[in-house]
Amino acid sequence: MTRALRRYPVLIALCVAALFMVVPFVIVAVNAVKSPAEYSRHGPLSLPDGLYLDGLKDFWQRVDFGRKLLNSVLISGSVAVLAVVVSVLNAYAIGIGRVKGRTWVLAFFVLANTLPQEALVYPLYHLSKQAGLYDTRIGVIIVFTVIQAAFGTYLLSSVLGRFPREIIEAARIDGANSWQVLWRIVVPVSRPTLGVLLVFFFVWTWNEFLLPLVMLVSNDNQTVSVALGVLQGQRLMDATMTNAAALLGVLPAVVFFLVFQRTLTRGIAVGAVK
Amino acid sequence: MTATVERGRRAAGARHRAGPPPPRRRDSYALYLLPGILAFLAVIVVPFLMNTGVSFTDWQGVGAPRWSGLANYRELLGDTEFWASFRHSLFMVVAMALVPTALGLVLAAALFDHIGKHFGSPVVAVLRACFYLPQVLPIAVAGIVWSWILAPDDGSLNALLDAVGLGSWRQDWLGDPDLALYTVMGVMVWVQLGFPLVVFMAGLQRVDPQLYEAAELDGAGWWRRFGHITLPQLRPEIHVVLTWCTVAALKVFGAVYVLTKGGPGGATDVPSYFSFTTFFEQTQVGYGAAISTVLTVIVLALGLIGLKLQTRAEDAEEGGLA
Repeated sequence: MTRALRRYPVLIALCVAALFMVVPFVIVAVNAVKSPAEYSRHGPLSLPDGLYLDGLKDFWQRVDFGRKLLNSVLISGSVAVLAVVVSVLNAYAIGIGRVKGRTWVLAFFVLANTLPQEALVYPLYHLSKQAGLYDTRIGVIIVFTVIQAAFGTYLLSSVLGRFPREIIEAARIDGANSWQVLWRIVVPVSRPTLGVLLVFFFVWTWNEFLLPLVMLVSNDNQTVSVALGVLQGQRLMDATMTNAAALLGVLPAVVFFLVFQRTLTRGIAVGAVK
Repeated sequence: MTATVERGRRAAGARHRAGPPPPRRRDSYALYLLPGILAFLAVIVVPFLMNTGVSFTDWQGVGAPRWSGLANYRELLGDTEFWASFRHSLFMVVAMALVPTALGLVLAAALFDHIGKHFGSPVVAVLRACFYLPQVLPIAVAGIVWSWILAPDDGSLNALLDAVGLGSWRQDWLGDPDLALYTVMGVMVWVQLGFPLVVFMAGLQRVDPQLYEAAELDGAGWWRRFGHITLPQLRPEIHVVLTWCTVAALKVFGAVYVLTKGGPGGATDVPSYFSFTTFFEQTQVGYGAAISTVLTVIVLALGLIGLKLQTRAEDAEEGGLA
């Protein structure tokens, strides 16, 4: 009996803690649908009288949010696909091809992955200007393809290192060359891991801030993160506008989260424990 | 055409069935590394070397850089802003690595060994999702959300304090130089907590539940089970999480940019933000490069130490079992 009673305080404590994690999202959602007048009259804690969507519409048009969303989808999507392809090629040579000096190559990729972006940002800014890639989405796509592929190579190499060799040998004996083995056997068999990487690269690139902030200066090329970060940094937004910004920034993340929840949590386990 | 080639290869393969694999196999695999390596040279290696080189010059971003030797590094040693930014980094390590790891351990164990047992896994899944949610949020957006909640005049936190009769506790959370760093730390705990939690919960999956049952039968309370089973079993994950989060804490940029811009009065300045403003606002490129080079050295050193400790712990564990 006492044991049964003792169960609930822990559950309640954890629920309160979980609520604390979620409450900022709730407050944002509640206040984004209030009119400015209502907000100044009742403050941030009251429930909204009705659904006031003009603030959101206003903000959407003012910052051309559709364009920002498109840029983010385009950049994150391209990076995710390209980085997975580069990771697969690298990891195929390292994990299955066991090329000479693979430990060093791998160490090189791991190092590249831990390098702070601050140590790359100015030269990248300078070089991309010279290459005509400054303030273009292509420039950012190239940079992040490489940065994400560093992690992908590291992770996939150890996964492919444990790939059943009999399957590959059998295919080789049947006359498949290494290119065919890669696309017809290794890639289809590793599809779950590649899916995890794809989702991770997409979300990570979506959330990136420093390099896109430096490389994408014009309004037409900015991502959601950069556009919102710059607006906030300028301290020009009033409370309702901030709320609209916050809600529009939160929504895509929540959508990813709900869609990819299983992949994300499973993927972290794969990545951390190799 | 392709079909013929393929058929030819197939025939050749069949003939060599019993023989050793052709010797040029190894080399052909190296070709797969080519695009990756070239891209890496262009995007990471060359810029990194350039940055390191520039740190020995007084370059301002235009014209030819002039060699200045160690002048930038000597200046750094006497620069109070530089030391302050690294001191704040230590606070960030507490907020982004130590506290989330400790909280994450307790929460993961509570969810696994208590909630999962008594209330079932759907409850666990929902709670875990709540804790993980901030992790998928772009840091810029998290910054907007929190700076609005923490706003001094009409922010939700101050409004909440008023509403429950604690109006005297109202603060200018991000604007008070004595308080801003702690406020940013609090936000970072919120941002970071989900990562260790999810890793630890995944790690607990491989722990034999019978261990817990046996310990419980022996009368071990929850905290004893935590100390004697959960912690030792999760040691590899703890190493990974601490290393990873410490490195992330040293690199923190977006949160500071959006929440405080390093202010008020440099109270929340961190090395990455310091180098960013030195690069792009003061255009002291050489000096900024020196700051980021020091940061890189520290990050890589910590990463290596983390890796070393981890492999040593793994070796010790294997030795102990043998």
